[in-house]
Amino acid sequence: MIEIENVSRLYGEVAAVSHVSLDVGQSEIAVIVGTSGSGKTTLLRMVNRLVEPSSGTIRINGRDIRDQPAPALRRGIGYALQGHGLFPHRTVAENIATVPALLGWPQTRIRARVDELLSLFHLDPALFRDRMPYELSGGQSQRVGVARALAAEPPVLLMDEPFGALDPIIREKAQDDLAAIQKRYGTTVMLVTHDMDEALRLGTRIGVMDGGRLVQYDRPQAIIAEPATDFVRSLLGAGERALRLLSLTTIEDILEPGDAPGEPVAAALSLRAALSESLWSRRAALPVEKDGRIIGRITRTALEARAAGPL
Amino acid sequence: MRLRIIMLGLVVLLGVFLAQPLAFSGLFAPLTRNGAAPIYTQTPLLTLTLHHLALVAASTLAATLVSIGLAIATTRASGLAFLPLARAIANIGQTFPPVAVLALAVPIFGFGSGPTLIALFLYGLLPIFETALTGLTEIAPETRSAATASGMTAWQRLVKVELPLAWPVILSGIRLSAVIALSTATIGSTVAAATLGEVIISGLLTGNTAFVLQGAMVVAILAILINEGFLAIEAHAARRAGRPPG
Ligand SMILES: Nc1ncnc2c1ncn2[C@@H]1O[C@H](COP(=O)(O)OP(=O)(O)OP(=O)(O)O)[C@@H](O)[C@H]1O
Ligand SMILES: [Mg+2]
Repeated sequence: MIEIENVSRLYGEVAAVSHVSLDVGQSEIAVIVGTSGSGKTTLLRMVNRLVEPSSGTIRINGRDIRDQPAPALRRGIGYALQGHGLFPHRTVAENIATVPALLGWPQTRIRARVDELLSLFHLDPALFRDRMPYELSGGQSQRVGVARALAAEPPVLLMDEPFGALDPIIREKAQDDLAAIQKRYGTTVMLVTHDMDEALRLGTRIGVMDGGRLVQYDRPQAIIAEPATDFVRSLLGAGERALRLLSLTTIEDILEPGDAPGEPVAAALSLRAALSESLWSRRAALPVEKDGRIIGRITRTALEARAAGPL
Repeated sequence: MRLRIIMLGLVVLLGVFLAQPLAFSGLFAPLTRNGAAPIYTQTPLLTLTLHHLALVAASTLAATLVSIGLAIATTRASGLAFLPLARAIANIGQTFPPVAVLALAVPIFGFGSGPTLIALFLYGLLPIFETALTGLTEIAPETRSAATASGMTAWQRLVKVELPLAWPVILSGIRLSAVIALSTATIGSTVAAATLGEVIISGLLTGNTAFVLQGAMVVAILAILINEGFLAIEAHAARRAGRPPG
């Protein structure tokens, strides 16, 4: 869906992005991680032509993005800015309606869409629709910014640290919401973050950037199992690899038939949570429940096998 | 609220004085000597006031349009190179004394309202140009990025985002220009423009303090009213532009 081919961007002598190639498949979530200044934002902004590459080609749906006028291209690409970039002179509803209004949607459809998005992000439409941006908290602004990016149901969504200002609980909720929306519309997402946990949670692919270069681009399992460089290894947190690997899989995926004593754990939890519970409650096996029924069990042995690195 | 009552009082006072200046004769008589007329009557004060205001309005409007146009042009990517030059020219315009502008304009435009209009226009450019520049450049880069990323064309971005956000600041420049023009227009009467300066100068020439005072008073009240009027509009515009109150 998004093909980035040998793209570089120079500022003077310095390459903010250097020879990056990556493909994001239809309905994938590609998460770009890296330290501050590694070129993540610059890479993202080249996809909607806010920044023009110094060299290289970017195609969306097989079509070179330079083939159509930039405004038309951008109306088909949702963009949630680092920070939020809300228009200070427009209400929350008007902000969210920006692209639909440019596309000439009828008023009734815009209104319905705005309310739908506000509800989706847990902002009561009656309360928030007519507020001005200065009347919002940082986290609320950020959610409105993401809602604005999603408003016209774009097939491609670019997000630059969209959840940075959210507290851990709301952030997790927002990540779940994004995953749900992405699934429902089949949106192709490119998301930038500093947060490796967020990357592992959301990404179907993870790209690691270091000094303008893409040093690894792979599935989360592969990134954890075989980090390409020491830098990737350090991003993963040297002492946490086994646990991160466990966090990628849910209990349901390695369910065993059988029973076990004590309080059950939910099937949707990650293996990491299961291991933690198993250690804490000193049980070698835990019963697993789903929709209020026990559907099987999970054993410490199976968890350990899952957490083990390659031989 | 109290301010509003004071302003209303000033409007009424000015209205009554301009409509029936002779009713105030008794008030101004102590300022005259040798039984001179206490109220200027060669030209009705109302006519002079309307002329004066028309000159101010026309020159301020023209200065507004030109300044905003220049500010827009020099803040586009293609005009950015001209920004320092435009700034320098506008600054020089401001340091030039208005009397000098009048003196230079008379040989070209002759006597009357023409040279005054030119002087007021030139003099009004800088405050509006400067504030328009400030307004247009102080917009957060990410707000601009958001507009571009939403798929707005350059024109849509200017009209839908940049100008509405800059408008409250630009208004303060227009207010400054209008108030400056209002007082500067009085010297227009030295080149035979029909303004309230006529009353003041006639008072100075004949040693009639009453004339000087009534001319100055009308100009001062007008300046206060225009200033306050613009301040009210600015506050409204600031709210519309999403600036937190206070
Ligand atoms: N317009 C610009 N002019 C000059 N240098 C720039 C410009 N934009 C970015 N850079 C430089 O390019 C490099 C990459 O910047 P970029 O914003 O892409 O980093 P980032 O990975 O998004 O960082 P962060 O995580 O802090 O947002 C930085 O060194 C930055 O200083
Ligand atoms: Mg960035």
